[in-house]
Amino acid sequence: MIASSTPLLRVEDLQVYFPFSRGSLLRPQKGFIRAVDGIDLEIGEGETFALVGESGCGKSTTARAIINLVRPTGGRVLLEGRDIAGLGDAAMRPLRRVVQMVFQDPFASLNPRMTVGDIIGEPLKIHRLAAGRDAQLEVIRLMDLVGLNPRFLNRYPHEFSGGQRQRIGIARALAVQPKLILCDEPVSALDVSIQAQVINLLMDLQQRLGLSYLFIAHDLGVVRHIAHRVGVMYLGRIVETAAVDELFNNPRHPYTQALLSAVPTPDPRQQSTRQRIVLKGEVPSPDREYPGCSFVDRCPLAEAGCREVRPLLPEAPHATACIVEQRAESH
Amino acid sequence: MQDLASYLLKRLGWMLLTLWAVFTLSFVLMRSVPGNPFDGERAVAPAIRRQLEARYNMDGTPLEQYRQALGNLVFHGDLGWSMKLEDYSVAQVIAEGFPISASLAIFALVFAVILGVTAGVISAVRRGSVADVGMMSAAVLGIAIPNFVLASLAILLFVFLIPIFPAAGWGTFRQILLPAICLGLPVAAYIARLTRTGMLEVLGRDYVRTAAAKGLSKRTIVLRHALPGALLPVVSYLGPATASVLTGSLVLEKIFALPGMGSHFVNSALQRDFTLSMGMVLTYTVLLFTMNTIVDISYAIIDPRVKMQ
Amino acid sequence: MSVDAAPTDPVQGSPSGAGPTSGVGPASGAGQPDAATAQRALRESAERERLEQLLEESRNIRGVSLWQDAWRRLKRNRVAIFSLWLLATVALLAFITPLLPLQSPVDKDLQNRRFLPPNLAAAHLGDRPSLQFADNRLTAELAEFETRIAELRSEAAQIVDPAAREKRMVEIDQRVEVDHPFHQLWHDLGPVSWAMVQVRIAIFGDWAIPSIFGTDDLGRDLLARVFWGARVSLIVGLVATLVSLVIGVSYGAIAGYFGGVIDAAMMRIVDLLYSIPFIFVVIFVLTFLEDDKTKAYLESVGVSRMTIFYLLIGAIYWLTMSRVVRGQVLSLRHEQFIEAARTIGAPQGRIIFRHLVPNVLGIVIVYMTLTIPAVMLFEAFLSFLGIGVEPPDVSWGLLMDEGVKALSSVKTFWWLALFPGLAMAMTLFALNFLGDGLRDALDPRMKNRD
Repeated sequence: MIASSTPLLRVEDLQVYFPFSRGSLLRPQKGFIRAVDGIDLEIGEGETFALVGESGCGKSTTARAIINLVRPTGGRVLLEGRDIAGLGDAAMRPLRRVVQMVFQDPFASLNPRMTVGDIIGEPLKIHRLAAGRDAQLEVIRLMDLVGLNPRFLNRYPHEFSGGQRQRIGIARALAVQPKLILCDEPVSALDVSIQAQVINLLMDLQQRLGLSYLFIAHDLGVVRHIAHRVGVMYLGRIVETAAVDELFNNPRHPYTQALLSAVPTPDPRQQSTRQRIVLKGEVPSPDREYPGCSFVDRCPLAEAGCREVRPLLPEAPHATACIVEQRAESH
Repeated sequence: MQDLASYLLKRLGWMLLTLWAVFTLSFVLMRSVPGNPFDGERAVAPAIRRQLEARYNMDGTPLEQYRQALGNLVFHGDLGWSMKLEDYSVAQVIAEGFPISASLAIFALVFAVILGVTAGVISAVRRGSVADVGMMSAAVLGIAIPNFVLASLAILLFVFLIPIFPAAGWGTFRQILLPAICLGLPVAAYIARLTRTGMLEVLGRDYVRTAAAKGLSKRTIVLRHALPGALLPVVSYLGPATASVLTGSLVLEKIFALPGMGSHFVNSALQRDFTLSMGMVLTYTVLLFTMNTIVDISYAIIDPRVKMQ
Repeated sequence: MSVDAAPTDPVQGSPSGAGPTSGVGPASGAGQPDAATAQRALRESAERERLEQLLEESRNIRGVSLWQDAWRRLKRNRVAIFSLWLLATVALLAFITPLLPLQSPVDKDLQNRRFLPPNLAAAHLGDRPSLQFADNRLTAELAEFETRIAELRSEAAQIVDPAAREKRMVEIDQRVEVDHPFHQLWHDLGPVSWAMVQVRIAIFGDWAIPSIFGTDDLGRDLLARVFWGARVSLIVGLVATLVSLVIGVSYGAIAGYFGGVIDAAMMRIVDLLYSIPFIFVVIFVLTFLEDDKTKAYLESVGVSRMTIFYLLIGAIYWLTMSRVVRGQVLSLRHEQFIEAARTIGAPQGRIIFRHLVPNVLGIVIVYMTLTIPAVMLFEAFLSFLGIGVEPPDVSWGLLMDEGVKALSSVKTFWWLALFPGLAMAMTLFALNFLGDGLRDALDPRMKNRD
């Protein structure tokens, strides 16, 4: 555990609500989609925090809200101690050199009409970090660093494979020499064998350059290697956080347990004797309001009080947002 | 049902707004033309001129004229008097020409849809064959050749060379057939292309393959399963198709000497008959708006995924 | 997994100057700073050399951009390429029309040459007797004209009073403007065309291609009229399309980029305008332009009728272009590479011009090639109705009108309808095929498909 006085990134009670209207002209209805419903997290230097959850639970929105690609509705985002929540593009510009992002879709995250050299070199141009020949050399160095053949500087994205394109995206993020990189499901769109390569690359870069990552994934298995700490998200809220080994060995929140039970293990004997936890019901729509716990309709431990009071995530190394669990812990 | 009512209400509101905008714009244009429409025609005695001005709502300040004209239109449905066709009110002229143009347009559209869809389906089903290539080339012809060229060629062929149809005039079915065909052909060509593209897309879908696997006859598959989905773009094209047909009728009515709205409109432009011209623009606006609304509703009925906004 | 990178690792290079940093393992520990620095310097220079080498090699490897990709695909579409050549030829011919040895497009010969079918009778510029050119030839007439003017000028030079001399000179210049023989044979030549006609006479003299397209009801040579008409029709097509492009693309890009309230408001206006049957409004507006007083007023303000024409026609077609561009920009706006551009800190201008516009260009080009024929058709349509191009200017639409009129009479003068019709149809086909070919070639779904 890194003990720092000021963590690199600290998010407090982040909220992102999207308003929408429904109904006919004569009887309009307004509602909110609570994509991110009060999230706290902390990332230190050189640390990887993984945020996992099903599709639609709000993880990508969280990442986008942190760097103001999407405007947060509430909460604080403290980058190196300074609150940056809600800043406009101009104010954010200098901060882009501290935090960068790698996107999910290797096909869509690169401008198809720019050469790879231009793509990677663009941040250098924007922030005036290098020019002319020096800039080109730096691009070559970055390509080399992420494992691309630098001779293909003048090629176009569509001439590369998916895994290579993701490397291009990583190189682009590294160009400004950031301290924190938000990785939004960077391997979800890749073949399994390539996934491992890219994960290894990210880990290697972390070791060499001292980077911190916010690593978003829906697959717990992927996360096990790269993360130091893990946060599990459900319907816009974090339900459990713990150090990675602790989470995998001793999951406390019923949702985490269900997620873990779905992760296949390589040992066939273990796999066949495992108990799969199947949750009843489906993920409810995010526009419903939950005064209490949002998991209540599917939770095997649910009791009466769960509907009334929203469970909070305590500040502890292994924290669980569940009143039943918290009660069990304190005994 | 509530959705439908509120939708129609919104559309009506838009139409009224549009009509008002067109009306005001035209009014401003008309009044800003320097000089008087009665100048330079013949020397007019002052007393008669005053009468003329009153009749054409040209007395009083511009604002008064505007209010008067608007009031006439809204409360009495009165579009004023034609400036060049003496003793005819604008409404009368329109009413006279409307049935002719309407039947011409309807015939043309029906013809276009039938021909276009059939050609498109055959082309799609027999993709790459001689029939397909032939029909699609013909379709390009239909789209690129201007209406009036087509009509002139048609007249050459079918009136002079092989006298099947009469050259002009109005009244019998025979007389309407040639103009309607000429009017509908470009639209048919476009519909054929749309249908073909739509069919090709649908035929590649999984649910069609399922139907084939179930052993349904080709005809059933094409007609009952594939066609409805493929027709969606055609349905939404019907709005612009109507506009195209109405526009085309301007030229064709001239060529075939049909006394419909179209030829009156063109004449009003050439004769500088402002009131008649404006009245017709408003009428066309209403027609197109109505047609577009019908198309939108049909589309929403056919495709349940579409929500009417 | 445990964390091991020590916080004091000298891993990041300095932000100013991108010297290549090797970021290689942990520092060699305390002690021997000189050796460490020297070692690092050595490593860095070797590193730099390696990078330079790679840079050199990269110069030889060029990628294939999407444009090149699309061009390759277009080349394989024989019909589209043929259309491209055809259009280029038509455009070229239209441009150099004054240079070509054609007869006069406006010279009427009501006595001898009405309604002549296509023939090979010899023709020379100025050979109409009633023109009363010297020797019945333009060149002779020109020579005489020059002599006369020279005489007048030398006379004027004799005038003692400088003011009076100036005045006379100006008068003579004006006389040259008005009386020049060219005006009998061509209408409204701009300075470039004028020069081209002079070159034509220098090369070909009076000889002109015979009336292989026949003549019309006023005895005018149809071949010449088709060529000169091409200029007007093509220019109308291009200019009006450009007008619609400029308005449509800007409008659509702004609405799509800013989104939200601005977009909603702008699109509402477009919807409103869309539901007005614009063609009818244009005709309505042209009604006003027919009015003599209006024409006089416009002339006094310096706005030619043709300019209004272009603006009006352009005004019809920008709506669809703006919708198309807005749709494309909207869908692009949420593409991840645009998000990425924002993430790396690109300012708005850069996003719009470096990222959005190049990706919208494709659809704009396709739409342009499909708008031009629509515009040309519309001009033909208006001219046919009599409210388009006015004589003595000539356009293909006007020719079609005359051709159709000729059909309705007792004897069919088929050439008057056929040749302009063919010219128009050919050009429109070519544009349509080219547009289709471009659409197929630029379709992003066909990326990497061979």
